[in-house]
Formats: sequence, C-alpha cells, structure tokens
Amino acid sequence: MPPPSRVGDKVFAWFALAMALAVVALVFLVGWQLARGSAVAIQKFGLRFVTGSTWDPVAENFGALPFIYGTAVSSLIALIIAVPLSIATAIYLTELAPSWIRHPLVSLIEMLAAVPSVILGLWGIFVMIPWLRSFAFPLLKKIFGWAPLFSGPIYGVSMLAGGIIIAIMILPIVTSVSREILRSVPNLQREAAYALGATRWEVTRIAVLSYAKKGLFGAVILGLGRALGETMAVTMVIGNTPQIRASLFAPGYTLASVIANEFTEATSDTYLQALFEIGLVLFGITIVMNLLGRLLLRAIGSTSATRAVQ
Amino acid sequence: MKATRQDKRFWRKTKSAIASGLSFVCALLVIAPLALVLFYLIRSGASAINWSFFTELPKPVGVAGGGMANAIVGSFELLCLAALVGIPIGVLGGVYLAEYGTVRGNYALRFVADVLNGVPSIIWGVVVYGLVVLRFKSFSAYAGGLALGFIMIPLIMRTSEEVLLLVPAGYREASLALGVSRWKTTVHIVMKTALKGIVSAVLLALARVAGETAPLLFTAFGNRFWNHNLSEPIAALPLQIFAYAISPYDDWHRQAWAGALVLVTMIFVVNLIVRFLTRERIT
Repeated sequence: MPPPSRVGDKVFAWFALAMALAVVALVFLVGWQLARGSAVAIQKFGLRFVTGSTWDPVAENFGALPFIYGTAVSSLIALIIAVPLSIATAIYLTELAPSWIRHPLVSLIEMLAAVPSVILGLWGIFVMIPWLRSFAFPLLKKIFGWAPLFSGPIYGVSMLAGGIIIAIMILPIVTSVSREILRSVPNLQREAAYALGATRWEVTRIAVLSYAKKGLFGAVILGLGRALGETMAVTMVIGNTPQIRASLFAPGYTLASVIANEFTEATSDTYLQALFEIGLVLFGITIVMNLLGRLLLRAIGSTSATRAVQ
Repeated sequence: MKATRQDKRFWRKTKSAIASGLSFVCALLVIAPLALVLFYLIRSGASAINWSFFTELPKPVGVAGGGMANAIVGSFELLCLAALVGIPIGVLGGVYLAEYGTVRGNYALRFVADVLNGVPSIIWGVVVYGLVVLRFKSFSAYAGGLALGFIMIPLIMRTSEEVLLLVPAGYREASLALGVSRWKTTVHIVMKTALKGIVSAVLLALARVAGETAPLLFTAFGNRFWNHNLSEPIAALPLQIFAYAISPYDDWHRQAWAGALVLVTMIFVVNLIVRFLTRERIT
C-alpha cells in the first residue's frame, strides 16, 4: 500500500497558516489605512493637532485636545466607578459567595456584557439622563457644589453621564477578567492562611489579593482600553461639545464620538483627514493599553484570564 | 488579657462579615443596570411592537405607524456577509493554532489576535471606509459586512482554537495510525468532534456583532427603504435604533424601544442556544 499523499497535508497546513496570519495582516491593515488616511493632516498640523483646543471645521482649524481630554476624563470616571465594584464582585464570586449564588450571578453578568452599546445609550437618553438631571446631579451639587468639579449649570447630558455609561459598559469585562485571575490563585495560598487561623476576609486580603495584585492591575488596564474606545452609548449621553471645562456637569466630547458624529459630515478632504488622524490617535492609545494589559495578564500566567476578555 | 483577645477575635470575625456583606452589595450594583435596562426595554418596547413593526417600512415623520422590516432583513444580510468573511478565516486560523504551529509562533499569533479583539469597533468602520467606501465611492452592504467580518475573525479564531484543543489527542492518534492523512484527520475527526463548539463560537461572534452600530455608521450607512442591491447603502437594526433614539419625535422613540427589544431578544436567544450546545462541556 502506498503511503498517503502528503500534498493535501502541505496545502491544508499552508492554507490554515495563511488564515492565522490574517490577524497579523489585519493589524497592519488598520495601521496602514489610518496612517494613509491622515498623512496630509499629520504634515499640515503636526504636533498642533494634539495640543490645539479649537475644533473648527469651517475654518479648517483642527485641534483634538478637547476630545483627548474628554476621552481621558470620561474613562477615568468610568474606572473610578467600575473598578471597585468589579473587583469586589469578583472577590465575592470567587471567595465569599455561597456556591448556589455563583452560577446565576455569573450568567447575569454575561447577559449585561451582551447588551449592545446602542441599547444602553437608548436607555441612557430616556431613563438615566432625566434621572440624573432632576435628582442625582442637584443632590451632588448641593453637597459638593463648593468644588469646581460639581459646579455650574446642569444639563443632564454631561461628562459625568458619559463616564457613568462607560462604567456600566466595562463592568462585565473587568469583573470577569478579575474573577479569572482570582480563580488562578493556587488553593495552597488560601489553605496556608486558613491554617494560621485567618478569617475569610483575611484569607482574601492576605493570601489572595496580594498574590493577584499584578493581574488585577492588568484587568483594570484592559477595562481602560475598552473604556477609551467605547463609542455609541457615550456619544448618546455626553453632549458632544468640544470644550474643556472643569465641571463634570458640562457636556464633553470623546475621540470615538467625534468620529461617529462627524465622519459622514466631513465635506472637505482636510476635515476627513483630521478625523482619520483622530482614529489613528485612538487606535494608538488602545493598542498600547491592550499590550500593557495583556502583558500583565501573561506575566501572572493566567491563560483563562486572557480568554475572559471577549 | 484574655478578654482583649476575644474582643480581637470578635472584631476580626465582624470585619469578615462586613466584607462579605459589602461585596454582596457591590455584586448587586453590578447587575442592577441589567435589571433596569431590561425593565425599561420591556415596559417601553413591548407596547410598541405589533405586526406592522415586522412587515412595514419606516413611515415619514409625522405619519404614525410603520415598522423596521427593512432594518431587520438588512441586519440579517449584513450578518451573512460578515459570516462569509469571518467564519472561514476565523475557524481555519483556530485550526492552525490548535493543530499546527510552533509554541512560540502560536504565542505570538494569540497575542496579536487578543490585541486585535481590543481594537475599538469604530476604528473598523474608519478602516473599511478607507478600504471600500472611498474606493467605490459608495456606502454599501459589502462594506458593512466586511467591517463586521473583520471584528468576527479574532473572536472566532480564539474560541474555535479552544474547543479544538478539547478534542482528546487519542482521537488524532487513532486516525493517523489507520493511515488517514493529517488534513483528513483534522477535518473529519477533530473538527467533526468539535463541531458543536465551533458552531457555538460562530454563533457567539454573530451575536456580538449583531448589536454593533459604530462600524456600520459610515459603511452600511442605513437606508429608509428596501434595498437588495448589496453595493448600495443598507438598513440595519442597530443603526435604525440609533437614528430614532437621537431624533426629536416621540413616535420614533417608541419605535427605537421596540427595535431595541427585538435586538436584545435575538441576542439573548442566540446566547441561550450556545449555552444549550455547550452544556455538556461545562458539566
């Protein structure tokens, strides 16, 4: 009997390799398209693009600082809200919750992750914003009104509203990555602490959290990467005004929202180039965040955690 | 002395209980948005859903009624196009990672796929705009499908790799020992064994891109009428929801809620199917 043909094997292997290499090609495709689309704008505006704070399409004067500021501040608000909640939930799920609660709770968190951004935005416009405008914001103003962060007129649509909606968007991902990281902590760690007479919380704090610190930091960075690129929901509630204000009640604008709102309106080539350059800035920032986050997860050797991100 | 030690122990136990309680409250706060969103979706959406919502085109401003039939069909057409791009590349890429490849090379490929998963979806819209829309000077269903397909590739690749790795090595060895060539072993034994898992991977990726709006804004663009020419702008459910949500008309807001309810229901149903398909794997 002749040996089976090796030609089919070779062809199949090469074909599969080509498909796997598609991900590498895609990264270059994105970089190349964005760089090509913004080449003229980069030359024309140079560093002024990221330091200028005037965005005037009519006069073709493009400074992206208000968007960079808006993206940074709204993502920061989102992290401040989402990180403690997510990590506490992850701790509850892995260390403290009775086992019959764990499974349903994980399912519910997965459901939240499956809600599309645009639907959260819809809810934000018609439910969250009115509530913030008539109840939460006036209350905040009454208590913290002396601080510039919580002063000024209240419109409802605002930087703070954008931050809250991004927080809701990143809650599931930060929770599930943190949960995987906590699960990857060896049981020996816990048992050693229990053997010394530690309470449940002491075990968590001493044996688990200190061991998982680096990985949890990675989870936060990955959440930040997601927050920076969040588009639809935040576009619907942040107010879309390119300005830099101290007050969180004032409307803002983010890199992703300006692309979403103005891309189809870009009448001149320079305008379109400027929007491509915004895309390039956004791509650059999110790639750096993702690299950093993944490296931190890899550093603690949690393969299941890198899988939880999707 | 003894009393203080007991006090200390009491305090430590209380602290532990407080921590448990607080983290439970945090868990409730994390799922609270889900409950709130679903409550308002059902309250505002259910009343706006009727037969004509699924069968009629959008009506002009001021005319009550009408539906999103074109957007629902458009979304399906876009998902089919996306599947054509995403499934072959994603699944075969996963096959390469699971069955071929070197340790070091796979490490790098996985890393790149993971990073690609983190690219904001709006960026895909911009890229496809430059790649397709600018070149052919028209928004089109092809462009929208391509953008969604690109998003699906790394998602499917990573998940299908994982399910392929679950196939026991003995299956491969038995087949190879019988003289079956390696590629036939891969296709007929390994992929067939993992078929449920691969289907789940594909369904999850489809459910994920079904709700994507940002990459469609300037690729598929949206359309208020029927369109069966794939090289022209096409309507999509998420686009229509977005357009209606930011419009100033009450009737359109109602329709946006109805569309959102339909979209969320479809996504949840697909997720349930996946859970059903993969239940043996979990237990």
